[in-house]
Amino acid sequence: MASITINGTAHTIDVDPNMPLLWALRDVLGLTGTKFGCGLALCGACTVLMGGFPIRACQTPVAAVEGQSITTIEGAEGPAADAVRDAWVSLDVPQCGYCQSGQVLAAVSLLESNPAPSDADIDAALAGNICRCATYHRIRAAVHDAADRLAG
Amino acid sequence: MLNRLLQHAPIAPTRRQFLLGAAATGTGFVVGFRLPGGAASASSASSANPFAGYVRIDADDRVTVLSAHFEMGQGSYNGLATLVAEELDADWAQMDVEGAAGNTALYGNLAWGGVAQGTGGSTAMASSFERYRRAGAAARAMLVAAAAEAWGVPAAEIAVAAGEVSHPSGQRARFGALAVAAAAQPVPAEVALKDRADWGLIGNPDLPRYDSRQKVTGRQDYTIDVQLPGMLTAVMIHPPLFGATLRSFEAGEALAMPGVIDVVETPRGVAVVAEHFWAALQARDRVVVDWDDSAAETRSSDAILQEYRALADQPAMAVARADGDAEAALGAAARVLEATFELPYLAHAALEPMNAVARMNDDGTLEVWGGHQLPDLYQYMAAETAGIAPDQVRLHVMKAGGSFGRRAVGDADVVVEAVSIARALDWRAPVKVQWTREDDTRAGRFRPIYVHRLRAGLDEAGNLVAWHNHIVGQSILAGTPFEGFLVTNGVDLTSVEGANNIPYAIPNIRVDLTTTEVGVPVLWWRAVGSTHTAFAVEAFMDELAEAAGRDPVEYRLAMLADHPRHAAVLRRAAEAAGWGSPPPEGQFRGVALAESFHSYVAQVADISLDDNGRIKVERVVCAIDCGTAINPDQIRAQMEGGIGFGLGAVLRSQITLTDGRVDQDNFHTYEVLRINEMPRVEVHIVESDAAPTGVGEPGVPPIAPAVANAVYAATRQRLRSLPLVNHGAV
Repeated sequence: MASITINGTAHTIDVDPNMPLLWALRDVLGLTGTKFGCGLALCGACTVLMGGFPIRACQTPVAAVEGQSITTIEGAEGPAADAVRDAWVSLDVPQCGYCQSGQVLAAVSLLESNPAPSDADIDAALAGNICRCATYHRIRAAVHDAADRLAG
Repeated sequence: MLNRLLQHAPIAPTRRQFLLGAAATGTGFVVGFRLPGGAASASSASSANPFAGYVRIDADDRVTVLSAHFEMGQGSYNGLATLVAEELDADWAQMDVEGAAGNTALYGNLAWGGVAQGTGGSTAMASSFERYRRAGAAARAMLVAAAAEAWGVPAAEIAVAAGEVSHPSGQRARFGALAVAAAAQPVPAEVALKDRADWGLIGNPDLPRYDSRQKVTGRQDYTIDVQLPGMLTAVMIHPPLFGATLRSFEAGEALAMPGVIDVVETPRGVAVVAEHFWAALQARDRVVVDWDDSAAETRSSDAILQEYRALADQPAMAVARADGDAEAALGAAARVLEATFELPYLAHAALEPMNAVARMNDDGTLEVWGGHQLPDLYQYMAAETAGIAPDQVRLHVMKAGGSFGRRAVGDADVVVEAVSIARALDWRAPVKVQWTREDDTRAGRFRPIYVHRLRAGLDEAGNLVAWHNHIVGQSILAGTPFEGFLVTNGVDLTSVEGANNIPYAIPNIRVDLTTTEVGVPVLWWRAVGSTHTAFAVEAFMDELAEAAGRDPVEYRLAMLADHPRHAAVLRRAAEAAGWGSPPPEGQFRGVALAESFHSYVAQVADISLDDNGRIKVERVVCAIDCGTAINPDQIRAQMEGGIGFGLGAVLRSQITLTDGRVDQDNFHTYEVLRINEMPRVEVHIVESDAAPTGVGEPGVPPIAPAVANAVYAATRQRLRSLPLVNHGAV
């Protein structure tokens, strides 16, 4: 049994404590916005936020987030989340879209700690999030656009 | 397989043969086309979706395009929605798209003669430019007719704009309110399409993509997200060597683990079935499998490459092109240059690992969810695997988390797995088969290894008078359902495309092919043959320009007098990049040109070099002529993405084998492009009234030679094999 707050709602999950948070979210709670890409914290598709910071749910056992508050793509809200989503939509960043839950959350976390990131800051913060469609060019532009929206 | 498909398929239709047809649905109507002479109705009777069409209008005012083409990120759904909405005069916000399947007469790819439904070769817009516009126009006419009848006014007085039908009298109605009445209207025998000058959506650079919002909120569902009541999840144990077969397995320990339901044999390996993915994955390690390796491929990729190098110096097996007498011209040339180019196996590594879901229903129909890139083929394969008739199979075509060619396979791999697992369980539950990243990386279906042996002859003035290209590599198409179409006289067109059709005016050209037999499964990888031919041809062309003492752009242009579209994109990219004036301090520039999928793309790459001799691609300027630009911003997106996708393979990606085993397994060993290596990209689209051509793939081919040529400008070293990481260049 693990008690975890997910998107503001308290959940008690009865699973193997070694089960990665990713599969508890997807297969137990039905929150499928968090994606599986590699299983080894190499691609960032499973990115969720814990205390505002990005973690890789595929390598985070449920036992490790006992008592924690987790935000998934379904629950991300607030000025930074709104700005990032609006920027992403405005620039039509997604192609297949499969990595974008992770990209959006990584960008939200970046902007919450650094409201005016440089290209180098963006590259450093998002280098763990693979996009096989290579939407990186627009991701960079959209993070800047979101920063402008937040500042404006 | 395709032979059987063809027996079931109607006669390949031409666009003119289509007549319009329409069918009522419960809440609205659909518009499609029917073949004359009842061919389509015969086909419909034997297909899974007898009433499917191209456009559905529901009472809630949604306009749903039923797409013949699959969406893997390349924007085909957005393109088809644009075509329909344009002629329908719909409100862009009311548009939606669903994948369709099960009716070759409606959905056969017209760029393939209509013989089968499928997405590939960057053909979606070319295949559907006419038929989806006609469908939109027909739906519009029927809405107008319904309004005219209801309002008692002449149809000619009725206007349609932004999803609303209106009459000067003040009558007005949304599409949804007219949908049921429209379904009862006669279907127009012929419709007029808008003049190009009247287009508001086609060619509009500001049209947003219809599905971006759902992709930033986690609401976009892919096959991995399909959840059905009682569904079980399976993971596969595939043979560790290509060509190995199952002898036996021992699953006692796995079966004792919590959540494990069964461990079953399939034609493609052993499947561990559990209540959810994690349980299946845990149990997989406990299954002991005995494989028969006697027929397996056990060579290393280094050994394969060595064999190819030797073959490249031998006489070729087949001739793909012979203009003049290249051998004689080489003998007579003032100077002869030679070079060998080598490219590795590559995995597609789509971010959504391969998967499919199968469910047998109580009425004997089988549903299969998946990234069905070749639906007709998969429908028949699913039926064969299930032991039922094809018309009992219904496919759900899901949007895919990338494909890059991977989800179009002749043996329907994951579909066969999902169906055979569900069958092995006596159909007692729906089954999702989900590969891991490691399964995906090691499963083969690689872009083949190729070696290009090139020789060129220059005259005294440096003009190119002879060209000989010998290509050595596996055939992608041999042994597949497509072999009969695309392999002629021993030449697999996918092995030589981009090499056999070089546009340069060279009096003596010979392109040879030696096709090898290797037990590693290979497949088309975004841009297919041009992924290797463009690198060899355009990097060698740079060497020749230098040997001739000529500027690389000018040298090419001098040989493109008969190919104005090639020349135009080359000029456009060169001008936009500032070719002729020096690049920024510390940067170096390379150019390349490639035609693929009937589109023309030139790219200029600017790179920098650090103190350790490592390169960084700073900027790529790209010009494309893809005929009519339907969604300009999506064309830009595909060029940006194609450049990034290709660049990952230029810099880092490679699959190698040791004694037949794939050395790579996940993204730490199979490295792909990350954001920190993504250049700035500038895209220029050539204005054109020509028919629309490919966009999804043509951005890929020029990036490898453009970067390699820039590397030479920076280092005076010709790096003739990829990836560049093997040369210490990144």
